Amino acid sequence: MDTDQLIRTLAADNSSRARPVGFALMLALLAAAPVSLLMFFTELGVRPDVMIAMRNPFFDLKFAVTLALAISAIAVSLHLSRPEASLRGWGWLLLIPAGILTAGIAGEMMMPQRLPMMTRLVGSNSRVCMTAIPLMSLPILAGALIGLRHGAPARPAVAGAIAGLLSAGLAATLYASHCTDDSPLFVATWYTVSAALVTAIGALAGSKLLRF
Amino acid sequence: MRETEDEWTGLMRSAISGDSAAYHRLLKAVTPVLRAAARRGLARAGQPVDQSEDIVQDILLAVHLKRHTWDVRAPFAPWLFAIARNKLIDALRRRGRRIFVNIDDFAETLPGEAVAETASAGEVAAQLQSLPPRQRDVLQAIAVDSASIKDTAAKFAMSEGAVRVALHRGLASLTAKLRGQ
Repeated sequence: MDTDQLIRTLAADNSSRARPVGFALMLALLAAAPVSLLMFFTELGVRPDVMIAMRNPFFDLKFAVTLALAISAIAVSLHLSRPEASLRGWGWLLLIPAGILTAGIAGEMMMPQRLPMMTRLVGSNSRVCMTAIPLMSLPILAGALIGLRHGAPARPAVAGAIAGLLSAGLAATLYASHCTDDSPLFVATWYTVSAALVTAIGALAGSKLLRF
Repeated sequence: MRETEDEWTGLMRSAISGDSAAYHRLLKAVTPVLRAAARRGLARAGQPVDQSEDIVQDILLAVHLKRHTWDVRAPFAPWLFAIARNKLIDALRRRGRRIFVNIDDFAETLPGEAVAETASAGEVAAQLQSLPPRQRDVLQAIAVDSASIKDTAAKFAMSEGAVRVALHRGLASLTAKLRGQ
C-alpha cells in the first residue's frame, strides 16, 4: 500500500470518533472499583468505632491526603495522555497531598501526645497496610491503564507511574477507613511505602501497555 | 512556517468537525514534512533512508487513531511532531538503535522541503494480509481500488455502517500489529 492510498483510507475513516480519554478513564475506573470494594469489605471492613473516629481530625486528615493524591494524580494522568504534554507545570499538583501530610505532622507535633513518636510511627497495622493498599490498588491500576490506553503519552513509564499513584490514592482511601493508626507519621511512612510500590508496578506496566 | 502551521490547525479543526476533504488535504500536506524528518532520523542513525516510508505510514496511522488527544484549541503542529517523534524513536529502536530525536528535526523541515517518495512501504502492506478477511477486503477496496464507502458496501453486500466499522477496526488492528512486530 503506498502512502497516498493509506491517506485516502484514513480520510475515508474520518467519521470515526474516539471518546475523550477522560471518559474512557472514568468508565474503566468505575468498572474496576467494585473489585477493590469487594476485597475491602470481605477482608477488612470499616473500623467499628468509625463514628467516634470521625471526630478525630487526624482520622479525617488521612482522607484529605489520600483523596488529594488520587484527584491530583487523575488530573496529571489525563494531562499526560496528550503526546506533547510533559510534567512541567503539572508535577506540583502531586505535592499537594505531601503538603497536607506535612501540615498534619506539624500539627500533631504541637499537641501533647500520650504515645512516643516512634510508637505512633510504627503503629500496629503496618504489615496489613503494606499488603492491603497494594492489593486493593491492583484492580484499580488495571482499570486506569486500560482507560489511559486511549491516550497517547509521550513517556509511557511516567504515565504508568502516575496511574500507580492514582490507584494507590484510591485504595488508600478505602484502607484509611479500616486502619486504627491515625497518626500522620504512620501515614507518611507506611502509606508512602505502599504507594511507592504501586507506583513502581504502574511504571513497569505502563512502559509496556501505554505505548501507542 | 507560522502560516503553514496555522493552515494545518485550521484544516484539522475542519476535519474534526466532519470535513473529510480537509482531513485528506491535511494528511497530504504533512506527509512530505514527516518524510523528510524520517529520512533525516534514519540517516543520522546510520540506517538506509529507503525505510522512511514505513515510518511515515506508521506516524499517519498513529495521528489518525490518536487524533482525539489533540486539543482543538491548541496549535496542531506541536501535537503532530510529538506523535511523529515518538514513532520515529520507536522505529529506530526497533532497528536496534537508541537515538535521541530532536523535535527541531520536524520544525526545521516546515517550510515545505519536498522530498520525492522513493521506495514504497512494505510493512503496512504485509500486515494487511494478516487481518481478518472482512477487514482486509474492506481496507483493500478503499485503499487500493479507491472505492467509496457506498461502493464497498454494495460490493460486499454489507451495510455502510458495517463497512465503516470494518474499516476502523482494520486500521486499529493494523496499528496494533505494527506496534507488536
